[in-house]
Amino acid sequence: MEFLSPPTWADALAAKAARPDAVPLAGGTDVMVELNFRRRAPAALLDLTRVPELRAWREEDGLLRIGAGVSYARIMAELGGRLPGLARAARTVGSPQIRNRGTLGGNLGSASPAGDGHPPLLATGALVELASTRGVRRVPVAEFFTGPKQSVLSDDELIAAVLVPPAPGPQQFAKIGTRNAMVIAVASFALELRPEGSVGTGIGSAGPTPLRAPEAEAFAAAELPWASRGRLDPAVAERFGELVAAAASPIDDVRGTAAYRRRTLGVLARRTLTWAWSELCA
Amino acid sequence: MKAHLGLAAGVGAGVGASPQRPDGRLKVTGEFAFSSDLWAEQMVWGATLRSPHPRARIVSVNLGPALAIAGVRAVLTHEDVPGRKRYGLEHADQPVLAFDEVRYQGEAIAIVAADHPETAARAAEAIEVVYEVLDPVTDPEAAVLADSPRVHAERPNLLRHVPIRRGAPDVSAPVVVSGVYDVGMQDQAFLGPESGLAVPADDGGVDLYVATQWLHVDRDQVAESLGLPPEKVRFTLAGVGGAFGGREDLSMQIHACLLALRTGRPVKMVYGREESFFGHVHRHPARLWYEHGADEDGRLVYVKARILLDGGAYASSSPAVAANAATLGIGPYDVPNVTMDAEVVYSNNPPCGAMRGFGAVQACFAYESQMDRLAEAVGLDPVEVRVRNALKVGDLMPTGQVVEGAAPVEQLLRLVQRRPAPGPADLLPGGTANTTRGEGVVRGVGYGIGIKNVGFSEGFDDYSTARVRLELVGGRPAVLVHTAAAEVGQGLVTVLAQIARTELAVAQVTIAPADTSVGSAGSSSASRQTYVTGGATKAACEAVRERLLARLGRPGLRLEDEQVVDDDGRPVASIADVLGGEAVEETVEWRHKPTHPLDPVTGQGDAHVQYAFAAHRATVDVDVELGLVRVVEIATAQDVGKAVNPRAVEGQIQGGTAQGLGLALLEEIQVVDGRVRNPSFTDYLLPTIMDMPPMALDILELADPDAPYGLRGVGEPPTISSTPAVVAAIRAATGAALTRVPVRPEHITGTA
Repeated sequence: MEFLSPPTWADALAAKAARPDAVPLAGGTDVMVELNFRRRAPAALLDLTRVPELRAWREEDGLLRIGAGVSYARIMAELGGRLPGLARAARTVGSPQIRNRGTLGGNLGSASPAGDGHPPLLATGALVELASTRGVRRVPVAEFFTGPKQSVLSDDELIAAVLVPPAPGPQQFAKIGTRNAMVIAVASFALELRPEGSVGTGIGSAGPTPLRAPEAEAFAAAELPWASRGRLDPAVAERFGELVAAAASPIDDVRGTAAYRRRTLGVLARRTLTWAWSELCA
Repeated sequence: MKAHLGLAAGVGAGVGASPQRPDGRLKVTGEFAFSSDLWAEQMVWGATLRSPHPRARIVSVNLGPALAIAGVRAVLTHEDVPGRKRYGLEHADQPVLAFDEVRYQGEAIAIVAADHPETAARAAEAIEVVYEVLDPVTDPEAAVLADSPRVHAERPNLLRHVPIRRGAPDVSAPVVVSGVYDVGMQDQAFLGPESGLAVPADDGGVDLYVATQWLHVDRDQVAESLGLPPEKVRFTLAGVGGAFGGREDLSMQIHACLLALRTGRPVKMVYGREESFFGHVHRHPARLWYEHGADEDGRLVYVKARILLDGGAYASSSPAVAANAATLGIGPYDVPNVTMDAEVVYSNNPPCGAMRGFGAVQACFAYESQMDRLAEAVGLDPVEVRVRNALKVGDLMPTGQVVEGAAPVEQLLRLVQRRPAPGPADLLPGGTANTTRGEGVVRGVGYGIGIKNVGFSEGFDDYSTARVRLELVGGRPAVLVHTAAAEVGQGLVTVLAQIARTELAVAQVTIAPADTSVGSAGSSSASRQTYVTGGATKAACEAVRERLLARLGRPGLRLEDEQVVDDDGRPVASIADVLGGEAVEETVEWRHKPTHPLDPVTGQGDAHVQYAFAAHRATVDVDVELGLVRVVEIATAQDVGKAVNPRAVEGQIQGGTAQGLGLALLEEIQVVDGRVRNPSFTDYLLPTIMDMPPMALDILELADPDAPYGLRGVGEPPTISSTPAVVAAIRAATGAALTRVPVRPEHITGTA
């Protein structure tokens, strides 16, 4: 196995162009497990940990541009104020050791439907910046995933960054796991309330890809008492939960049944909407 | 090999103290050498080819592609096993390497030695096996029937049936509760995977450094299969990363030795985590049918029960597990009429054998669930109904054995019952995943009490051997304790040194590495090592002391603080002076009182040497909408006879309770059609520190007059009753029936 370790971003893109079969390696929390379990034997590994700009985040044109190599631990520590949903999701990833190593870009690269970073990115309408020697493109995260562990990423492309609007209002993330920590999501849900009257959603681990719940978003946008900031009608929260559950297409697997996933999504959607609305009105 | 370090502890660090573990610091700092860290000059690596099918006929095996890979030094199959081609703890029914047929997914077929572990793994994958896939026998209820296809052509699937008959078989009672319960397949999930290093010796024999539980029984099985006399197969215990029963059977021992003898090189084998799930036996999954009859006051009139254990493809210790399930299967209760049938069957599921609790765990989940049903049926508090039926000293077990020593069943229950209720939890169900702010959260409390035998039963010649040497080292007296007992993490090396200090009044005690150059210590299982190897060490120390004092030629002397003192405690001489240049050494083989077989028809007999009891009260918060559980607190009470090392006792109770909590909520090897679906720690979930709550401990020391220092085995009881206590608490919170463990969120929310 060849091990490529480019020192700069330009070198990394050149290396990927020259070796499209090289598997990018960031924190290694997915790739190394697959190698150790002998599930994968790539001809080459492309180590991205030396590229400095991947580890940086900054504000750019009103968006937060988070380098693909920023770890979950740093998202929690440095972005919790402006992206509380994403930070909360980062908090539920693995153990402290995994959060120190694992990166948002790696999460997207693996494109697992269970990736904890995905639902908050969906709920906030984030963009994924992909780069190759051919150029740069930005893809809405909702269009990034194409199937289980599949994305629009081309063989010669690398994930450069994620661009996320700073939270305009309350954000929530909640995740179901059978264990109280260090667990892969059985189902997860992210929510964003925008004070101007719209709602973003993201569903994890309950479909072939991370999903949005467009009908639930439209329903909440229409039914929430935005102007009055009045009390949330429990029936609205309940209906919102039903619509989120209906948007999912879960399966039975070793971690949970489809029926359980659907049920819990409904509950999480109802609860997180209730919390977010009371935060908005506080 | 690094010898265990001598303890930096004074003479006072004897029985009843809690000196620091000699291996504790090394383990916490990551410096301890586990068996997977072994290394030798010229070493090559072993790998194993395993069956992907739970049941198939082996049509052909082509080793050519593996042998063609550069760096491969040997590829072996069953044809290369020079001695006995099968091994096993109770029946030699498991092939060293499969021939004719594979009987479970993961069964070893061929082994490879190569210069690099990656090469060895690739070579194993390159071996071409043609299988004729057969329908696996996977349903124990079907397998037990006479017309079922056989897992082993030459014998029926029913591996053992243990009946127990006490009192009248057809008695009736005014109150009857019945239930069917299921226990999933738990794994020992030790952290150090199977590993060892085999080194070929000049005499044609082999030395094996390995993580195991019982060096001598390993050695004897390996020698049989190698076709070597036992003295040419020498075992040394390497650093063991947990065992819990999962190392009682052989894994890579014979394989590594075969490869070492073939290649003439030291051979190291280390299983990966996934392979480890296929490399050792698991806890028996079980289905249990129970009927309890009682009078209106909740006093038991009869228990009728059937326990069906799935033994998987090979026998392992299944027959003994079935006997435990049967003899302990009504729990610590006095029941005049018992009809119990425990059966264990072969199937093409993963082989099952020893795991902490050993048959008592499955039964306890069922009988304690029944006691709760009985409490409800007669309108009694769950503790009250248990107390009314509590076993006492002098009562008869269903086997007719009289309960002796101590049986503080009522006292243990009252202790946990009277503990103050825990306050609000620091962490809600869902943990850090932000699933509730209190919505849907309901608290519940549940109780469980269990019974376990200590030591080996049914007439087994259960003994241990200790060699103790007292000599001057640097002018000061020092003790060397040498046994073959496996330190598996439980702290036996600490305890043996404490015993030596107490008996010989010497500060400096060294525990020699465990190996087969001293006699057998028996297994580090059945909660027996402190009792039996502790007993042997005590006896050997006494023999040394007697010889030392005999040198002074007068009666009434004893040892105190490295001195010989007279009856009045006045120093007579220092131990150093009495010793001079002449060491004193004694080797003692020590036995507990004998046990007896069970009558094969009635199940009557004094089968067990000692009983141990623990009670648990679990308090849980359940998010009833999401089915998520957070255990808030566990209170426990256990009689340990004598806490030889109080801190180690607490550790055993905490760890055992956690393992029982794991079975209640998380831990299950999921097997579908004979295939394991979750062989990883990603999907085989162990409790984390966020899942394990604070515990309140009451430790009783009611001496057993037959045991050294009055001690009672402590390792297993905490695992047994924590499971039903946690489940009872969830039932109390939710009202769900919950007849299966682990309880899944789906069972609580009705979405299974």
